[in-house]
Amino acid sequence: MKVKTRIVGNVLVVNVLGELDLNTAPNFRSAIEKELGPNPDITDILLIMKDITFMDSSGLGVILGSHKRLNAYGGEIIIAAPSPQVRKVFELSGLIRVISVYGTEDEAWAKVVGV
Amino acid sequence: MDIKNYVTLEFPAVPENVEFARVTIACFASQIHSFTLEEIDDIKLVVSEAISNTVLHSYDDDKGIIRLSATRNDNILTVTVQDFGKGIADINQAKTPAFTTDPQRMGMGFTIMEALADELHIFSAPGEGVKVTMKKLAHGAGKDSDGREV
Repeated sequence: MKVKTRIVGNVLVVNVLGELDLNTAPNFRSAIEKELGPNPDITDILLIMKDITFMDSSGLGVILGSHKRLNAYGGEIIIAAPSPQVRKVFELSGLIRVISVYGTEDEAWAKVVGV
Repeated sequence: MDIKNYVTLEFPAVPENVEFARVTIACFASQIHSFTLEEIDDIKLVVSEAISNTVLHSYDDDKGIIRLSATRNDNILTVTVQDFGKGIADINQAKTPAFTTDPQRMGMGFTIMEALADELHIFSAPGEGVKVTMKKLAHGAGKDSDGREV
């Protein structure tokens, strides 16, 4: 699994590649915390999931944890372009009712910039 | 009932083996040609959740063993994940959505497994480990277990 991050304004853009499970979730969590820690101005995370080939509830735990952290200050985590397998995990867990999930990167960016 | 094929593996309960287990079972399940790709994905997810639970909760060190077995009989795949660790005192509580003993986790493992398996059975008692058995039926319309039109 690889995690690429960049900051655009107040948004941390996270692109994850590979499989997200119990073994890889700690690295995913660390990559996010490494950026959030020294950058208190970050309000939201845009998580681009098009290159995630598998995710289980270990990945969900990291996503929900990040969402709660941002939500405490009025921000949120926004999910872009999940595969059908990843979307199913969001649906089965009920997290899709809590977190914004968009089918494409363009739709998610529109949410981020408020258009 | 004749079992057409089977596999049994034992390996340490460590995070690195979660992917190994789900990919191995997905490969075995693909012998049932009438499984759809979505059903194979479901099987991978159920196995991943079951193995993760064992790695996280069954042992206090990384020396514990997981026994993973699968059997194929016509269009039915049966997968068993067994450990020999601490066991579960209250299975119904463990199955409750969002119940977790780890604040970093969601506690949705059993909920996901129950949603995706056609049958799911959990056997456990304190000190006697946990045995999770799941059955998945291939619903590929109009095909036998070798993928032939019927």
